[in-house]
Order: sequence, then C-alpha cells, then structure tokens
Amino acid sequence: MMKWIVAAIVSGAPVLAAAETVAPADVTFDDYGAVEQSLTGTPGDPANGAAIVGNKKAGNCVACHQISALSDVPFHGEVGPMLDGAGDRWSEAELRGIVANSKMTFEGSMMPSYYKTTGYIRPGDGFTGKAAEEPLPPLLEAQQIEDVVAFLATLKEE
Amino acid sequence: MKFKAMTAVAALLVAAPTLGMADEDAELVVNGEIEMVTKTEPPAHLEGALPEIMSGWRFRSDETQQTQMDDFDNPGMIFVDQAQAAWDTAEGSEGKSCASCHNEPASSMEGVRAVYPKWNEEAGEVRTLAMQINDCRENQMGAEPWKYTGSKMTAMEALISIESRGMPVNVAIDGPAQSTWEQGKEMYYTRYGQLELSCANCHEDNYGNMIRADHLSQGQINGFPVYRLKNTKLNSSHARFKGCIRDTRAETFKPGSPEFVALELYVASRGNGLSVEAPSVRN
Ligand code: HEC
Ligand code: HEC
Ligand code: HEC
Repeated sequence: MMKWIVAAIVSGAPVLAAAETVAPADVTFDDYGAVEQSLTGTPGDPANGAAIVGNKKAGNCVACHQISALSDVPFHGEVGPMLDGAGDRWSEAELRGIVANSKMTFEGSMMPSYYKTTGYIRPGDGFTGKAAEEPLPPLLEAQQIEDVVAFLATLKEE
Repeated sequence: MKFKAMTAVAALLVAAPTLGMADEDAELVVNGEIEMVTKTEPPAHLEGALPEIMSGWRFRSDETQQTQMDDFDNPGMIFVDQAQAAWDTAEGSEGKSCASCHNEPASSMEGVRAVYPKWNEEAGEVRTLAMQINDCRENQMGAEPWKYTGSKMTAMEALISIESRGMPVNVAIDGPAQSTWEQGKEMYYTRYGQLELSCANCHEDNYGNMIRADHLSQGQINGFPVYRLKNTKLNSSHARFKGCIRDTRAETFKPGSPEFVALELYVASRGNGLSVEAPSVRN
C-alpha cells in the first residue's frame, strides 16, 4: 500500500512560541464541533491551503475526497464526500472544527483529526511503525489548518 | 446518515477513472481447471457485517487477475519450485528432510492450508502454518527456524498451500481457539495510530472505494502468501498486517507475535468459504 496520507511536520518553529497560536489541547469546540476562534490570528492563505489538501506528504485530503478544483492532482479517493460546495455548506468556524478534529462534528468519523496530539492507541513515529511518545506533533500545524480552511471556504457551487 | 448518503452519491456522480479496474463479473479459473470461489455468502459469525465475502482477486486490474489464471504466468510459482527442492533437502542435526516424514506434499499436505491457523492440542496454542513449519524444523529436524516472513518460509507456505488450492477456507473459531479468535476480532475493530483507523474502517466500511490510488478490497487472506508485483516476491499475511498498521501511523506488532497470530485467525475466519488461492497475485 502507498503511504497515502499526511507526513508529520518535521520542522518548523515550536508551535508554542507564537503567543497568539492556540495549542491543540486548548482549542474550544462548540456543541456542534465548530471552532470560532482562529488558531493563529493570521488569515489563511487559500493557495497554500490548496497545496496542503492535494499533497500526499501534507494534508492529503484527496486520498479520501474528490475536489474538482484540484483536478490536476491525480488519484482522488472516494472514502469521504466530494468537497465541491463545502464552502456553501459550512461556515468558516465549522470548517475549522472539521479539519482540527472531525470527530467533534461527525461522531466516530473515519476522517483523521489534524490538530490533535494525544489520546491515541499505539501511536507511531510517523510511518516508521515504531512507537512514539505523546504528545505527537499534530498532523497539520495551526497556520496550515487556517490555510486549509481558507481554501475550503473558496469551494462554492457557483 | 446524511454524510454517508452523500458519499455514495459523490461516488456515483464522479466515478473514479475505471482505467485498469477489474471486471466485476470475472470468475477465477486457474489452469482452466481449478474453479475458485472468489465471492460467496459470509460466514455466520460476521452477523451481517458484510453482505458477501470477496477475494482480493476481484478488486485487481484485468492484467493482474489474468496473471493468476495460469501457473505459467504466475510469478509466485517459481518459489513453489524452490520450496519443493527445500522439501527434499535434509537439514539439521537429525539429517532429515520434510520428505523423510511427510513424503510428497501432494499426499501429506492436502487440505492443510485451508484449516490454518489451527489449535494444536499438544502445544496448547493456536498455530499458524509458519509456526508449524518452524516447529518441525526445530523439534523434528534439529534445524534453525526460518525467518517468519522470510523468502524460504513464504515459499514453503506456498508449496503447502498449492495442495489446498480451490478448497474452501475453513478455520475453526470455537473451542480452545475461541479466545484467540476474540482477541483478533477486537484488534480488527481497534482504531490504531495517529490516523485512528481500524482494519474495518478500510476493509469493511470502504471496500470497493478508492483511497487515493488504491482500490480497497476486503483485506482477505485466502490468497496468502501473495506474490506482489510491487515487490516481486511472496509476501506473508503478517507482513501485510504490519504494513497496513504502520500506514495508520501506529506502532505495529511483530510478525509471528501472539497478536498477529490472533489477527490472522480472525481475518482468515472472515474468509471462511472463499477458496484457498495461494500463491495469488496482487499489485
Ligand atoms: C481517511 C479519509 C479522510 C481523509 C484523509 C480526510 N477526510 Fe474529510 N471526511 C472523511 C469522511 C468519511 C467524511 C464524512 C463525515 C463522516 O460522516 O464521517 C469527511 C468529511 C469532511 C468534510 C465535510 C463534508 C462536506 O460536507 O463537505 C470536510 C469539509 C472535510 N472532510 C475536509 C477534509 C480535509 C480538508 C481533509 C484534509 C486535511 C480531509 N477531509 C481528510 C474522510 C476523510
Ligand atoms: C521427523 C519427522 C518430521 C519432519 C522431518 C518434518 N515434520 Fe512436519 N510434522 C511431523 C509431525 C510428527 C507432525 C505432527 C503430525 C500431527 O500432529 O498431525 C508434523 C506436522 C506438520 C504440519 C502440519 C500438518 C497438519 O495436518 O496440521 C506441517 C504443515 C508440517 N509438518 C510441515 C513440515 C515441513 C515443511 C517440514 C520440513 C521443513 C517438516 N514438516 C518436517 C514430523 C516431521
Ligand atoms: C487506511 C486504510 C487501511 C487500513 C486501516 C488497513 N488496510 Fe489493509 N489494505 C489497504 C489497502 C489500500 C490495501 C491494498 C488494496 C487492497 O487489497 O485493499 C490493503 C491490503 C490488505 C490486504 C491484502 C489483501 C489481498 O488480497 O492481498 C490484507 C490482508 C489487509 N490489507 C489486511 C488489513 C488488516 C488486517 C488491517 C488492520 C490491522 C488493515 N488491512 C488495515 C488499506 C488499509
């Protein structure tokens, strides 16, 4: 099987350094799983978000979702719903909640939680198959989440 | 539920490129004579979890499917020849070969693969075929055990499996094997790793769907050991389990570990009724 999904963030400044950044454990979800507050205070960059969504080594969201806007990226999966129109269906806060921890919106979802660092069963060190100590680095950093949310917000039917 | 329905709709509207995809109705007949059951009624213990059970063969491309239909095209058969040579070669302190005690595999190993993993009364444990082979090597021949997922082992498993080709998988899950089976079942539904995915998430809830470039099957092991075009060798089921768990960003288990033995028994039992296909061909 291919390494079909997200590689951990290897480098990058420690997330804690930036004062405005909300740490994974401090994210506040409302009753429906939405996250009102930006994780960084810096507006997301949709172009960068698109790159993360399509990149096998980053979000690799296309492993499970078809997205017409990314039709130049090969091999879109069919495990999750098509994301066309996601920007119409969901508010920014809802999208942030879905990407940060989809299980707060969709109970038991198969979609991975991208901004979560603890609470795993046999967590591994990336794709090495070796054990790793929690907290793990989140699958996406705070600003990457904001970029992905900004990209999803552009996915309108019209 | 709303989102599941949407998934189905999305899949219908934008059918993935069918390029190289299997013909859903193709049937597997090997060498023009061994008729394989690649799709059948699920065993009762699945309690409706799957509407039917299907061999991984059905999910592969036409070309890959065809390679398994004739032993002259099946690259896995080379290893069977090698194992036949090993079968006849004396090794170890007792100066014995497999043939010394088991004569020809065609007579002594008929139907064996179909019922493994199997409870061994004397040892008081569930044994996989690989464990049994190594037990004979160590305790009957006085020879070194083979590496659990190594090429000598997978080749010997293939040789033995040939004598069950076309027979239905029929592993026992009750009696003394039951607790091991239950352990395997629990593992099957456990969402391991940072991606929090269980075997069932991919192989029960999503078989037939594409995940990136991969066409998900039911993850059955009736075809093991499997010749993979990807690594051009025979692969054991434990090596496959290891890869699948690793890809959920989890700490894997060791091939041959009690956990993987339990998982093998459980996964094998999900395929009770499918034909033994080994050595099968997959991508
Ligand atoms: C392992 C498969 C998988 C991966 C990878 C995945 N998702 Fe999902 N996603 C799902 C599933 C399944 C659902 C449907 C929700 C449910 O019922 O579980 C979903 C739902 C969604 C939804 C809401 C659906 C809608 O109405 O549009 C959005 C938005 C979404 N995912 C975005 C993403 C983004 C962005 C990424 C990458 C950062 C991603 N997903 C990665 C499986 C996945
Ligand atoms: C000295 C005799 C001896 C040798 C040599 C020997 N075995 Fe065995 N083997 C046995 C005995 C005894 C059993 C157990 C019979 C039983 O309980 O059904 C057995 C059982 C087996 C079984 C399980 C059969 C079943 O029906 O469950 C397999 C498979 C097997 N041997 C393979 C091998 C292989 C492969 C070799 C060579 C690497 C080998 N054996 C060498 C004596 C031997
Ligand atoms: C993220 C999805 C995913 C998960 C989780 C997963 N697998 Fe797989 N598995 C695959 C893919 C993709 C393949 C290759 C295509 C196929 O046969 O499904 C595969 C192949 C297999 C095969 C080979 C089937 C054949 O016919 O050769 C087996 C066996 C298997 N998986 C068992 C398991 C078991 C057991 C687990 C749980 C420990 C598991 N898988 C978890 C995605 C997954």
